[in-house]
Amino acid sequence: MNKTKNHEPLFHIVKRDSLPVYKSWGIRIIAILAALIVAGVITMLLTGENPINVYLTMFKGAFGTSRRIWSLLQSLAMLLCVALAVTPAFMMRFWNIGAEGQVLIGGLATAACMITLGDKIPNALLIIVMIVASISAAAIWALIPAFFKAKFNTNETLFTLMMNYVAIQLVSYFEKLWENPKGSSNIGIINQATHAGWLPTIGNFDYLLNIIVVLALTVFMYIYLKYSKHGYELTVVGESENTARYIGLNVKKVIMRTMILSGAVCGIAGLLLVGGTNHTITTTTAGGRGFTAIMVSWLAKFNPIYMILTAFLITFLESGAGEISTVFGLNESFSDIITGIIIFFIIGCEFFINYKLHFRSSHKEVK
Amino acid sequence: MLATFIQRAVMQGIPLLFGATGEILTEKSGNLNLGIPGIMYVGGISGVIGAFFYESSLASPEDANAFLAISIPLLCSILGSLIVGLIYCFLTVTLRANQNVTGLAITTFGVGFGNFFGGSLIKLVDTDIPSISLTTTSNFFRTTLPFADSTGWFGKIFLSYGFLAYAAIIIALGCSFFLNRTRGGLHLRAVGENPATADAAGISVGKTKYLATCIGSVIAGLGGLYYVMDYANGVWSNDGFGDRGWLAIALVIFVMWKPKSGILGSILFGGLYIIYLFIPGLPLRTQELFKMLPYVVTIIVLILVSIRNKKENQGPQSLGLSYFREER
Amino acid sequence: MAEALALELKGITKTFGSVVANKDVDLKVYKGEILSVLGENGSGKTTLMNMVSGIYYPDSGEILVDGENVIIRSPKDAFSYKIGMIHQHFKLVDVFTATQNIVLGIKDGKFNIKAVEKKVMEITEKYGFNIDLNKKIYEMSVSEKQTVEIIKVLYRGADILILDEPTAVLTPQETQKLFNILRKMKKDGKSIIIITHKLHEVLEISDRVTILRKGMNVGTVETKDATEQSLTEMMMGEKIELNINREDPINPVERLVVDNLTVVKKDGTVALNNVSFNAYGGEILGIAGISGCGQKELLESIAGLQITTKESSIIYKPDDLENQQLVGKSPKEIRKLGIALSFVPEDRLGMGLVGDMDIVDNMMLRSYKSGRGTFLNRKEPRSLANQIIESLEVVTPSANTPVRRLSGGNVQKVLVGREISSAPKVLMVAYPVRGLDINSSYTIYNLLSEQKKNGAAVIFVGEDIDVLIELCDRIMVMNSGMITGVVDGRTATKEEIGLLMTKSVEREDSNE
Repeated sequence: MNKTKNHEPLFHIVKRDSLPVYKSWGIRIIAILAALIVAGVITMLLTGENPINVYLTMFKGAFGTSRRIWSLLQSLAMLLCVALAVTPAFMMRFWNIGAEGQVLIGGLATAACMITLGDKIPNALLIIVMIVASISAAAIWALIPAFFKAKFNTNETLFTLMMNYVAIQLVSYFEKLWENPKGSSNIGIINQATHAGWLPTIGNFDYLLNIIVVLALTVFMYIYLKYSKHGYELTVVGESENTARYIGLNVKKVIMRTMILSGAVCGIAGLLLVGGTNHTITTTTAGGRGFTAIMVSWLAKFNPIYMILTAFLITFLESGAGEISTVFGLNESFSDIITGIIIFFIIGCEFFINYKLHFRSSHKEVK
Repeated sequence: MLATFIQRAVMQGIPLLFGATGEILTEKSGNLNLGIPGIMYVGGISGVIGAFFYESSLASPEDANAFLAISIPLLCSILGSLIVGLIYCFLTVTLRANQNVTGLAITTFGVGFGNFFGGSLIKLVDTDIPSISLTTTSNFFRTTLPFADSTGWFGKIFLSYGFLAYAAIIIALGCSFFLNRTRGGLHLRAVGENPATADAAGISVGKTKYLATCIGSVIAGLGGLYYVMDYANGVWSNDGFGDRGWLAIALVIFVMWKPKSGILGSILFGGLYIIYLFIPGLPLRTQELFKMLPYVVTIIVLILVSIRNKKENQGPQSLGLSYFREER
Repeated sequence: MAEALALELKGITKTFGSVVANKDVDLKVYKGEILSVLGENGSGKTTLMNMVSGIYYPDSGEILVDGENVIIRSPKDAFSYKIGMIHQHFKLVDVFTATQNIVLGIKDGKFNIKAVEKKVMEITEKYGFNIDLNKKIYEMSVSEKQTVEIIKVLYRGADILILDEPTAVLTPQETQKLFNILRKMKKDGKSIIIITHKLHEVLEISDRVTILRKGMNVGTVETKDATEQSLTEMMMGEKIELNINREDPINPVERLVVDNLTVVKKDGTVALNNVSFNAYGGEILGIAGISGCGQKELLESIAGLQITTKESSIIYKPDDLENQQLVGKSPKEIRKLGIALSFVPEDRLGMGLVGDMDIVDNMMLRSYKSGRGTFLNRKEPRSLANQIIESLEVVTPSANTPVRRLSGGNVQKVLVGREISSAPKVLMVAYPVRGLDINSSYTIYNLLSEQKKNGAAVIFVGEDIDVLIELCDRIMVMNSGMITGVVDGRTATKEEIGLLMTKSVEREDSNE
C-alpha cells in the first residue's frame, strides 16, 4: 500500500476505563505539589524570600497561635457548610452557583428576626424563630430557579448567578433601612447590649458551636447522599434523566426537593454566620464562599468526607497567603492568586485521570 | 438633564458592552466562560501596569507621547487578557475540564490579580507616589471627539466619549457582522451548536474554540481597560470595577446572544444601573433596590425565553459542554 | 449501463475488538448505476460504507476510485474523491438554514451566500428537489432534512453517493419522490449505493444487488434476475442448528390482550399501527423484524412509557385480580402488577442501568422504594447482586464495581438478571444477547426458558432469526409498525419469516 501524505498525529487521546485509586490520588497529589512549587516561585519573585521561608510563613499564619487555629477552623467550617449545600444539587447535575445569594438570604432572615423581635419574645423562642426563618427563606430562594428549571428547563447556571446579585442588593437595602447608628449605612452589631438572638457559645469557644453544627451536617449529608432514598433518586436523575423516567421517577419533584435542601443548608450557613459569628449582616457576609464552595465540592468529587480535606486546603491557602501578604507587606488579594493557581492545577490534572495519551511511537501496540 | 443621563448611561454601558461582546463570541463557540469578570479585572490592571511604567519613565507629564500613552496600556491589556483566556482554553478545551468550575477559578484568580497589583504595585516598585493615579495617560484615553463641547446636547450624547467607547460599538457591530455574514462566523456558530457536525464537516473544533475564546477574552479585557483609563480617570481602586463582569454576562442573556442588540442593551443596562441617581428624592436605601433592576430584568428575560422555547433565542445548544470526538 | 468502474473495494476487513464487522469484502460500483447493498441487521453494511466515506479506517484491504488506489482517512478525504454519504442520523445544525448547512465546512472560494444559493438552486432544479433554502432545519420534516443532506453532498461535487437506509424515515410518497431523484442522478452518470433491507425497494430502484451476511459478501446479482424469494435466501443463509432446549408450553393462560394499539411519535410518524395480539403465560412469544419497526414502541407501550391513541387497549389478565387495562396506567403501577421490561438499547447502558452506580445500587433501581423509611435497604439488593453474579457468572471484581466498568455481556447479565429476579408475570426482553458471546447467550436463553416454565409470559425481541426459531413458541413478525404475520416457532422457516419482515406493506398503508 502506498504511503499517504497524512501523518499519524503526534498523540492520540483516549478515554480511560478506570484508574486504581492510589494512582488517581497520586496524580492529584503531584498536581498539588506542582502547584505549590509554582505558587512558591511566584511568591519568591514578588517578595525575594526563599520559598521555604514563604511556606513556613504560611504555616505560621494558619496554625501559629491557638486563636489562629480556631479562626482557621471557623472559616473551614463555614466554607464546608456551603460546599455541603451545593453538593446534592451538583450530584443532580444542577449547577447551583447561587449559594452566595442563598446564604445571604438566610443571613438576612436571621438578622430580620434579631432586629424586629429582639426585645419582644424570649430568647429561646427567638432562636427557634431565627432557625425556621433562615432555613425557609433560603430554601424558597433556591426553589425559585429550581421551579423554572423543572417547569420550563430554564438555564439554572445563569438563573442562580443572577439571583446572587438580587440578594446582594436586597441585603444592601436592609442595611440602610436598619442602619445603626443613623447615617452609617451599616447595621452594626445587632443587640449588642442584650445579646438577644445570639447563638449560644459552648464554653469559652466562640466558634465551637458552628464547627459542631457543620460536622453534624457533614455526617448528615454523607448519609443522606449515600444511604437515603432521596439521595439515591437524585443520583439517578444526575446520571441519566432517561433512566430516571424509565423507572417512573418524578424528575421535576426531585429537582425541586433537592434544591430546597440545597437552599436550606445555605440558610443554616447564613444563620451561623449572622447569629453565631458576626452578629451583623453586610453584603459581604457570604464572602464569596458561594463560589469557592463549588470548587471545594467539585474537587472532592462530591464526597462530603473528602470535602473536609479540600475545604481545608483552600482555607489553609487563604489564611496562609493572608499571612504572607501581611508579613511581606503585600496586598491581601495575594491569597486569591495562589488559590486560583492551585485550582488550575487540580482541575487540569483530572484530565490525566480520565484520559490517557497514546504517543506516536506506541502505534505498534495491537488492540 | 436627559442628555446627561444618556451620557452617563453610555459610559456605564461601555464596559458591559465590551464584556458582553467578548462573552457572546466565546459562548457562540460553546464555551460558557464564567471567568469573564476576572478577565475584565486582568485587562484593566494590565493596562494600568503598562501605563504606570510608562508614566514613571517620563521625566515630566508634558513629555508624554499620545501614541505611546495609548498603545502601551492597550497592548499590555490585550496581552494580559489573552494569557488568561489561553489558560481557560487550555483547561477546558485541551484538558476538557468543567467549564463552570474553571470559569469561577479564573474569576477568583483574575479579581485577586487585579486587586493585588492594584494594591501592591507601588510597594513592589518602591516609589514615593502615594497612589496609582494615571491622569496623564488617562487624558489621552479620555480625549473626546472634536466639537463635543460646542454642539450642545448632540455633542454630549454622541461625541463626548473617549475612543474606546466608539471602539466598543465598532467591535460589537464587527462581531455581529462576523457571526452572521462570514464563513468564519458560520463555522464558529456550528461549533457551538453541534461540534460533532462541525467536526464531520472538517472544521477544527478545538482551534475554533481557542480562537473565539481568546479573542473574546481580549475584547472583554478592553472593558476593564476602558473602566480604569477612561471612566475612572486612570485611578485604580480595589474592587472598584465591582460586579460589572457579572452584569456583562447578564447582558449576554438579555440580548439573547446578539452583539448588535448589545449596543442598545448595554446603554439600557447602564441606565438601569444609575437611574437611581436621576430620580429626585429617592432615599438612599431605595437606591439599592433600583440597582437590582438589571438582574431582575435579565431573570425575566431568561424565564420568558425558556417558556417561549424558540430556538433562535436560546443560547448555543452545546454551551458549557466539552467536546471529545470519540465520546459516544 | 456504462461499464466504467467508479469504485472498487478489494478485500476489506474491519474488526472492532474481537468482533469482525467486515471480512475480506470485495465490491464493485459502476458509473451511472444504482447498487443496493442488502443485508440483515448487523451484517456489516453500514460499517463497510463508513470506510468508504472516511468515518472508519479499514484494517486491511484496498479502496480504488476510478481505478486508482486511494486512502480515505476522513470525510474530507472522501469528498476530495467525490464520495459523499448520507447517514441515517443526519449531521445538521438545527438553528441554521438549509443553505448554511450546505456550505458548512467548505473553505475555498469567496464566502457569498447569494452565489451559494444560486449554485444550490441549479442543483435543485437539475434533479427536481423541492426545498425552501431559507428554512431552518428544526422546522423541517425528516424528508426535508434528508433532502438537505443530499444537496449538501451534491454541492460538494460528489459523483458517488451512499445512502444509508434512506427510506426508513420516509412515507411511501416521499420514497417515490426520492427514487425519482435518484434515477435522475443515475442518468447524470452518478453512482449511487443504497444500504437497505427492504426487498421491494431493492427490486424497484437498483440495477444490481450485493448481499452481505455476517460481514461477508455472499454474492452480487443483477436485479432483473432476482426475486424477493431468491434475495431472502441469500440474505438469510442456511439455517443454523443451535440446539436450544425448548419444551412445550404447559397449560398456557392468556395474560395480555393487545388491541388496536397505535402510537404516533412526536414528529408525526406512526410508530405502531393498529397492533393486536395475545400473549400467553408459559410460552415465549418472539418478535421478529428489522430494527426500528416498532418493537421498541410496542414494549414501551405495554410498560406504560409511550403515549398511545385513544382506541388502543392493552388488557392484562392476572390470576389474582380482575382484568386490568394497562393503557393510562403509570410505569410504576404497571410494574407493580408484575410486568417487567428489560430493554437492551444499542449503547447497552442508557435506560435500564446507571453506569456510574455499582451493581448493588443498580439492583435496587426499580425496587428501592419498597419498604418504609427514608433509608435504603442495601441488604437484599446486595444478596441479589451476589446471587446474579454467581448464577449468571458475571465477571466483575466485586458487587461494588460500577456497571460502566463491566464488559458488555456482563452488563446485560446484570440487567436481565435483575428483571427476572422480580419473578414477573409478563417478562419483556429486547435484544438481551446483543453483542454477547455464545456461552453468555445460552445462559440468557436458558433463563428465559426457565421463566416460561415457571408460567411467565415471555416476550422476546431478537435480531437473530435462527435463535427466534429455536427458542420461541410463536413468532410475531413486525414490519413498519404493523404485524405482518404470526408463525409457529416449531414449523416456521427462515425464508418465511424473512419475507414477512421485508415484504411491502405500503400498499395497505395507502388504502387507509
